[in-house]
Amino acid sequence: MRALDRKLLRDLARMRGQILSIAAVVACGIAAVVAMGSTLQTIQRTRDAYYHRARFADVFASLTRAPESLAARLRAIPGVSAVATRVAASALIEVPRVATPATGYILSIDPAAPSASVNRVHVRTGRMVARGGDNEVLVGEHFAEAHRLRPGDSLAAVIDGRLQSLHIVGIAHSPEFVHNLAPGFAQFADSRQFGILWMHRDVLGPLHGMEGSFNDVAIVLAPGAREKQVIARVDAILRPYGGGHAYARVDQPSNRVVAGEIDQLRAFGVVMPAIFLGVAAFLINIVLSRLVATQREEIATLKAFGYERATVAVHFIGYGVAAVAAGTIMGVPLGAWIGSRYTELYKPVFRFPEFHHQTSLPLILLAVGVSALAAVLGALGAVRSAASLAPAEGMRPPSPAVYHALLVERLGFGEGLSSSMRMVLRSVEHRPMRTLASVAGVALAAGVLVAGIFAFDVARYIGRLQYTIVEREDVAVSFTRARPARAALELAAIEGVRAVEPFRSVPVRVRAGSRSRQIAILGFAPDATLRRLVDADGRAHPMPPSGLVITTTLARALRVGRGDTVTVELFERGGAERRVVIAALLDELLGLGGYMELGALNRLLGEGPVISGANLALDPGTGTVALDALARVPGVASTASRRGMMESFERMISENITMTTTIVSILAAVLAIGVLYNGARIALSERGRELASLRVLGFTRREVAALLFGEQGAIDALGTPLGLAIGLGLAHLIAAAFASELYRFPVFVTARTYLAAIGVVGVASLIAGIAMWKRLNALSMVEVLKAPE
Amino acid sequence: MAVATRPLEMGSGRVLVAAHVPPVFEIRALGKIYRMGAVEVQALRAVDLDLYAGELLVLLGASGSGKSTLLNILGGLDVATSGTVKFNGRDLTTADERALTRYRRESVGFVFQFYNLIPSLTALENVALVTEISRNPMRPEEALALVGLSERGRHFPAQLSGGEQQRVAIARAIAKRPEVLLCDEPTGALDHETGKLVLKAIEKVNRELGTTTAVITHNVVIGEMADRVVRISSGRVVEDRRNETRVPPDALTW
Repeated sequence: MRALDRKLLRDLARMRGQILSIAAVVACGIAAVVAMGSTLQTIQRTRDAYYHRARFADVFASLTRAPESLAARLRAIPGVSAVATRVAASALIEVPRVATPATGYILSIDPAAPSASVNRVHVRTGRMVARGGDNEVLVGEHFAEAHRLRPGDSLAAVIDGRLQSLHIVGIAHSPEFVHNLAPGFAQFADSRQFGILWMHRDVLGPLHGMEGSFNDVAIVLAPGAREKQVIARVDAILRPYGGGHAYARVDQPSNRVVAGEIDQLRAFGVVMPAIFLGVAAFLINIVLSRLVATQREEIATLKAFGYERATVAVHFIGYGVAAVAAGTIMGVPLGAWIGSRYTELYKPVFRFPEFHHQTSLPLILLAVGVSALAAVLGALGAVRSAASLAPAEGMRPPSPAVYHALLVERLGFGEGLSSSMRMVLRSVEHRPMRTLASVAGVALAAGVLVAGIFAFDVARYIGRLQYTIVEREDVAVSFTRARPARAALELAAIEGVRAVEPFRSVPVRVRAGSRSRQIAILGFAPDATLRRLVDADGRAHPMPPSGLVITTTLARALRVGRGDTVTVELFERGGAERRVVIAALLDELLGLGGYMELGALNRLLGEGPVISGANLALDPGTGTVALDALARVPGVASTASRRGMMESFERMISENITMTTTIVSILAAVLAIGVLYNGARIALSERGRELASLRVLGFTRREVAALLFGEQGAIDALGTPLGLAIGLGLAHLIAAAFASELYRFPVFVTARTYLAAIGVVGVASLIAGIAMWKRLNALSMVEVLKAPE
Repeated sequence: MAVATRPLEMGSGRVLVAAHVPPVFEIRALGKIYRMGAVEVQALRAVDLDLYAGELLVLLGASGSGKSTLLNILGGLDVATSGTVKFNGRDLTTADERALTRYRRESVGFVFQFYNLIPSLTALENVALVTEISRNPMRPEEALALVGLSERGRHFPAQLSGGEQQRVAIARAIAKRPEVLLCDEPTGALDHETGKLVLKAIEKVNRELGTTTAVITHNVVIGEMADRVVRISSGRVVEDRRNETRVPPDALTW
């Protein structure tokens, strides 16, 4: 080993605290690149392979009804490679042993036809549906798993108003439904409430009145085809048949969610490493600059002996490389592990035939390369000054730093400042860039913490809003199908039931011009107290006596406002249409929904007093007895206890919160400690002489420490509030990135989260402070002062 | 305490050393051993010495003779290994860290070879740094005037010459009206002419304020300005002589 390398190793051992704290910051950056990048690559690679293999279509269109012969005209469009015509239907599904009826999207499949290769359905367990089968269905994996459905099980489904018994022959998935979402069913976020099913074309066609016809089409384009032109031609052909709004793959609901997730991962995968590696570069910069300053004479000696500039430069870059190397050793396995955990989280949400997390070598090289680049950039300034130091100059002490009066003093406000206060403020002002970078580092630490855990504040807020303000019943009872209003009396007769408030839930498609969305209209009495119209801020609004109340998100999606008239398509009435006026808009967190006064809703349906269920208030202490009795009432499909839902919600949050808060706090602490510890070490090194002078002059240890920590305190005091603001800003960005028609979340940050951010900065300051206090006590006045500057 | 020494001053600034006046410092059998790794260095060996109020003492010795060690122990910067040092009857060798800090704060002024000014504070503020924590200080302006730097108060150290910086250091050391002024090679980093300006300032402080002053130097000539010259070699006092007259620093040449 060369002598210079030995020097490097010994210096590193001596500086291990600083090097390790920088390595930890680098490790976080590398881990972020590897975790986000590997998850992203895994999803992307898996998706692309699946889309390719299963021939995921490029253009989609739905229409009212067209003869199968029209398919030939679609196939004739230049650029079209394959056309699959389908029959699509919606259904209300009663799942055995389960609550409220779920909604199903049934798509036809013709395994023998050549078009079966488009959006090819892959049967995971069981078998493909057969032509002559007895209402055989394949069930999508999401729905099947949510209800533990297996081949051999049966489902009762209402299709076009007729009750059918469906027999499950297999569990399947398709590239169209990687995410459990179908066009027009955007409101169902829960796989228990919404499922995809496939039936043989020869079975579903007659059931849905589509024999020899189709109402949905998927088109695969030839390589080089012009998508926009094809869509225009498809629209022109389908317009007479109720079509005319074909859309490309980018707008396909499932694909849009997958792509959105990839975009988010990419954004996080750039922002997080940028924060950590930026801070690491800054730390390497200040630590190396100081090292070069303290080793002026050594550098001069090396050069006097004939060492070349490049050798000296490489030597000093070595310190940065060491930090990156240590960061790599910690960061790569950490990132790979986090990435695999992350991929596990996606598995229930995104269904692929195979979904294996992989950390690619190029990604690791990229992470390490970017980190090394950050280190070299950080080291550059210091290395350049080391390389360019002339030997003779290095032997002389550096010229003393030139200070100036503070800005406030020049403006005439310096009167009341003590000399020690001036020292602190001037040294802060003396190196504005370093001070700013330190402030930014502390601010980022606080910001990362706020942005990392505010989601739990939001979840708690939403939970509290939903389960204590919006829903106030003890039990929600749903009937298997709509029943006469007197059914409520049966419920009221049960012992322990204190109040009964009936409701009616009606699945519909709301249409305004060419825009439409599927929702459920919930009807309840205007004087209901257990379920009310409550907005995002928790304010209750009166139910208008007539007309439809829709959420602001739905109003935006349909581009309608209060007083406008919309068309409501009633699925329960075979698609019968009604016109209804929008009476009010409700600013709700959950995206798409509608409400009506119960009587008005029944009139709209042309029904007498009919209800789907009721919200109940129970006498205190009658819980399980009343629930048992309710379950035995004929026609009751489900009894949902609000407390139970609230508890499972709370449990879900508390399971996640500990893990996430811990990880985020560690990340924030690594940043804050890295910045504050290195800042204090350098301040102590640069100002050791000053501090020793003060001790000689009779300043106590405490007074000297106060000066040293005063600077740190000034940085904390500037950085922390800035960090809280940065955190709030990041929270708004995250909320905007996640907002969709399904839901949006308010940016709601509690004092507790802000305090946690302040706490992390405080603890980091304390750790840095204790380390400094120890060094300060070991500071030898005599030795420092005897040496020339 | 500082007031108690005043009656001993004479008009000329010379001090009468009467046998019945107790010394400011009473050093007995003082020893100091440094451990540097496996090696033990005996810096001081059984030093006996008294310093009297108002005296200007020059400690002569080659580098490594132990003179700085002695000064550091007198100033409460270092602790002895054996023996005793009494300051106005109080034992410094048994004082704890807190007591030593208080001692430095109230009673001792230090001047070092390398000035050790705070670069971020002006000359005046460097002096104020001390007056702000003292019980009976002079005004910082007054201290600067005493070393002839009234006009340079608003300058930062980087804007002052070496000699000027050292005189600011002297002003800073005496602004608290210390009982003793300890100077470790105060002219070591300065040229001849500038060095004399600094020595004049030290001599003036000693004469006008009656501050007991000890100056360390390896420059034999400087001994001529002292009341007393003590020579130290290999950790021992090898000579202790009194000058008949003090030669003004202006008249020194080396």
